[in-house]
Amino acid sequence: MLDLTLLPDGGASWLDASGEHADIVISTRIRLARNLEGYAFTPRARDGERLRILTQVREAFAGLQSIEDGVLLRVDELPPEDRLLLHERHVVSKELAGLNEQPVRTGAAVYLSRGVGIMVNEEDHLRLQVLHSGFHVADAFGVLERLDAELGNKVPYAFHSEFGYLTACPTNVGTGLRASVLIHLPGLVLTKEIGKVLAGLQQVGLTYRGMYGEGSEVVGNFFQISNQTTLGRSEGELLDYLVRVVTHVIEREEESRRVLLRDAGYIIEDKLWRAFGTLRYARSLSFDEAMNYLSGVRLAVGLKLISGLSVYTLNKLLIFSQLAHLGNSEGRALTESEANVARARYVRETLAREAE
Amino acid sequence: MVCDLCKNGDAVIQLTEIEGSGVRQLHLCEKCAAERGVETTIGAAKPQINNFLQTIHEQMPGAKGEPVHCSFCSSTLADFRATGRLGCAHCYEAFEGSLRDLLRRVHGNSRHIGRRYVAPLPSELPHVSNATELRDRLKRAIEAEQFELAADLRDKLRGMD
Repeated sequence: MLDLTLLPDGGASWLDASGEHADIVISTRIRLARNLEGYAFTPRARDGERLRILTQVREAFAGLQSIEDGVLLRVDELPPEDRLLLHERHVVSKELAGLNEQPVRTGAAVYLSRGVGIMVNEEDHLRLQVLHSGFHVADAFGVLERLDAELGNKVPYAFHSEFGYLTACPTNVGTGLRASVLIHLPGLVLTKEIGKVLAGLQQVGLTYRGMYGEGSEVVGNFFQISNQTTLGRSEGELLDYLVRVVTHVIEREEESRRVLLRDAGYIIEDKLWRAFGTLRYARSLSFDEAMNYLSGVRLAVGLKLISGLSVYTLNKLLIFSQLAHLGNSEGRALTESEANVARARYVRETLAREAE
Repeated sequence: MVCDLCKNGDAVIQLTEIEGSGVRQLHLCEKCAAERGVETTIGAAKPQINNFLQTIHEQMPGAKGEPVHCSFCSSTLADFRATGRLGCAHCYEAFEGSLRDLLRRVHGNSRHIGRRYVAPLPSELPHVSNATELRDRLKRAIEAEQFELAADLRDKLRGMD
């Protein structure tokens, strides 16, 4: 079984709840899609080509100064439960982990360092990404820009004077940049304002998804908001725009929370304490159930109704109560009902420790 | 703004419909939008790729005057229409005309104005065997039954021996 503690930061520094608005914005992720000259794009490439790509970039990674002490994991050589574990930890995409309809590709790998990752042989040859706790777009992009510049000097990227950085899917071409903010919006959901806000996002060129990106469902009122277009605006413009809109969404969420407390104070308080009570004492919890109650408790902490519980603990509960994480700490793969029992125990014990 | 259909509700959705060659814009309230099948409530966000594939099918009838396949990776426009993925960087040149239109529709623009990139000189890079690259292209051309291209590539490979 994969021991994630061997990674430079356990692959989890993005959970530390530092950064602005950390109770509402869980994390900021920015990625750049890049491809190497001289090979077909990953989906069209042959196994041998993908392995040569891996060899070529591996040599380049060795000399990178912007990410030292990195670890390279051959995702294609890992068993399914470890690939799921990496996906749950948000360090590899579903596609790279081979959890979509397509099996894992020969040559699929990920290079990980503190808060920075490079996926190799994803849909594009390289996906450079930075994951940062809280709402921290400028800092995250600074790190990524330095890494991109350094790597682009060691391997030749495919670039076109008119279309920019070339990508397998034309929805990523140009800057190759996708910035997304994982945000918790229970106030907007409870006041039924969320539909308008989401429709508004789509009108201004942004899009939303569930916690695990493309095609994933929204559970626990966690949304990922990201830019939809990548071409025709500079990196700076795309990021500024996202920051402006997300700042506005945060204000709307805060406003909704004030309205809830003012107009339905005791109803909300009751609902949130019941969520806490369930998490504190339940003996079996499905993942969706746990996410929904954790959403309630997170809101209660944000509203200062419950004290003594840190946002960091809440973030950890989101990640470590998932199927592969529970299995990893038990040392074996779990069935769904075994996982429900293990999840309830993990949540119960964590909350009890924090309450002491 | 009021809803274009019921003239009553608050318009929150802007719907762009394409009919024949014309484009029509509608401003709809949540109720009318839902009746027309536009998702307004939260649920699974529709996978973007499905919308994108639909756009390709609607907007990209095979363009005339463009090569049938990419000379580097042997992909065709039909491959792109089926998967939504291009085969390689050279496909952007092979299918330039069709792609430019598609990019305008998807991004509202077809010109990159972000960071410029200059690749390092080949002399500064570790040596990558040209013959291996040609052999990969040859195998792909044969698989795609593009025998003329395959013959060309084989000649080039022989010339290198």
